[in-house]
Amino acid sequence: MHWRERAADILFLGPFLLFATAFLVFPTLGLFVQAVTTKHGFSLSPLATIWHDNHLVAFRNSIEVSVLSALVGALGGAIAAWLALAPGLPRWARALVSTFSAVAANFAGVPLAFAFISTLGTLGVITGLLKSIGIDIYAAGFSLFHIEGLVIVYAYFQIPLMLIVITPALEGLRREWREAAESLGASTWQFWRHIGLPVLLPSLLSATILLFGNAFSAFATPYALTAGNLPLVPIDIANVLSGNVSVSPAQGAALACGMIVVMAVAMLLYGLLARRVGKWRAR
Amino acid sequence: MKWLWVPLGAYFALPLVATAVMSLWQGAHGYGFEAYARLIHTPEMWHSLLLSTRLAIETIIAGLVILVPAVFWMNLRVPTLRPLFDFVSVLPLVVPAISLVAGITAIYTGPDWFVGTANFLVVPYVILALPYTYRALDVGMRALDLRTLTEAAQSLGASWPTMILRVLVPNLVTALLGAALLTMTIVIGEFTFASILLFNTFAVYINHIGSTSATRAAALSLLAFLITWLAMLGVALGGRRAAR
Repeated sequence: MHWRERAADILFLGPFLLFATAFLVFPTLGLFVQAVTTKHGFSLSPLATIWHDNHLVAFRNSIEVSVLSALVGALGGAIAAWLALAPGLPRWARALVSTFSAVAANFAGVPLAFAFISTLGTLGVITGLLKSIGIDIYAAGFSLFHIEGLVIVYAYFQIPLMLIVITPALEGLRREWREAAESLGASTWQFWRHIGLPVLLPSLLSATILLFGNAFSAFATPYALTAGNLPLVPIDIANVLSGNVSVSPAQGAALACGMIVVMAVAMLLYGLLARRVGKWRAR
Repeated sequence: MKWLWVPLGAYFALPLVATAVMSLWQGAHGYGFEAYARLIHTPEMWHSLLLSTRLAIETIIAGLVILVPAVFWMNLRVPTLRPLFDFVSVLPLVVPAISLVAGITAIYTGPDWFVGTANFLVVPYVILALPYTYRALDVGMRALDLRTLTEAAQSLGASWPTMILRVLVPNLVTALLGAALLTMTIVIGEFTFASILLFNTFAVYINHIGSTSATRAAALSLLAFLITWLAMLGVALGGRRAAR
């Protein structure tokens, strides 16, 4: 009987565990091995190349875009979620907001890039409209293909993602405490200063970190938008993989490991903060 | 506070309107459906759309065949493995797609029948969809009384395959539908793996056409938005049906 149980375990769990090991765990571990291996065996030199000027610029750009777009997304998403929960909003409007958020949060990559090129690119519709009333945004220094442009484009999936993630926390806040504070004579400002924000802070922070990770790992959107001309870490890795630059595979692996480390730290923080959120849920 | 809807609404509506306007632009000939007409008569567009659709279906089937038995067995018999399952299923969110491509291409360089055809993309796509498929299946199965269902089926003489196909799957229709539609949106829009591995999927084709024709790229972007919209509408409707 016992061996039949074992056989069932292997039959049911085996394919999944084997698949995940072969195509997720092994490739990831392999990157770390590759990043410290050169022709002459073990070496830390590929990892050291991350501190080369051009790769450092890529890391700085990636982090700058991700931090800015996480902040913009968190603020915009929190406001949108708050508005969508306001009492008196018709049911169809709420359904529209929630479905549209699911769509926009998943609408990233190449189509999103071209939607914004059609809108705010050098020949974009809005760019043209503004020009016709005398405002030339490109002459004023704006570019869709630089960091400020990426932040505007990323907001299109960051704001809806924030709305989806933060809505449960806001729903938990709304009901009793607001009324209790008001009945005790608290102003709106006092409510937010002493109750709303402190209670929401872990949720807001963890959601913001999630947005950071979401932007940091984005590849298709910036690649299609800038044609690979703005140095970002994912684009540097793609250049190594496509053989566009004379950089050794080990250095590409080192960059990929750098990304994984940043993401792992972000997700760890996210997990720790998300656990703190539970503190308020229990009551 | 209500006025804030105006800038928010404008930010989300304007790119869609502008893309629609751009897709209808015909230069000196004013506005019309020229870009759409040309796309319909472009075999490469159809090939790429068909390839992406085929990959989406293959990914859905492969992902479910691997995951349904595993998540079922974990929930029923080995709940001690739950932390491992949770960890493995968030890994694809921690390892960026571009890093995973680097890792997979370094290890799997052959044989040609495996890595040489577009079907190879199904492997990474199952990984990319893993966090969402796993969550949907796990939530769906936790809502079921698996022990009673299994014992009832077995006492009636059902074998394991019969049990999974005729008892478990019908009880999971909503979860499976949600997982399938989400996988579909991921695969149809996926660019990272396909472009690095040089396969002409839908997203790769949009990017390619974008370098020559802004109007046709706009038309295809609008189509991609419509596909995402339809899939998410399906998820929302499925969820409402389940809530009843």
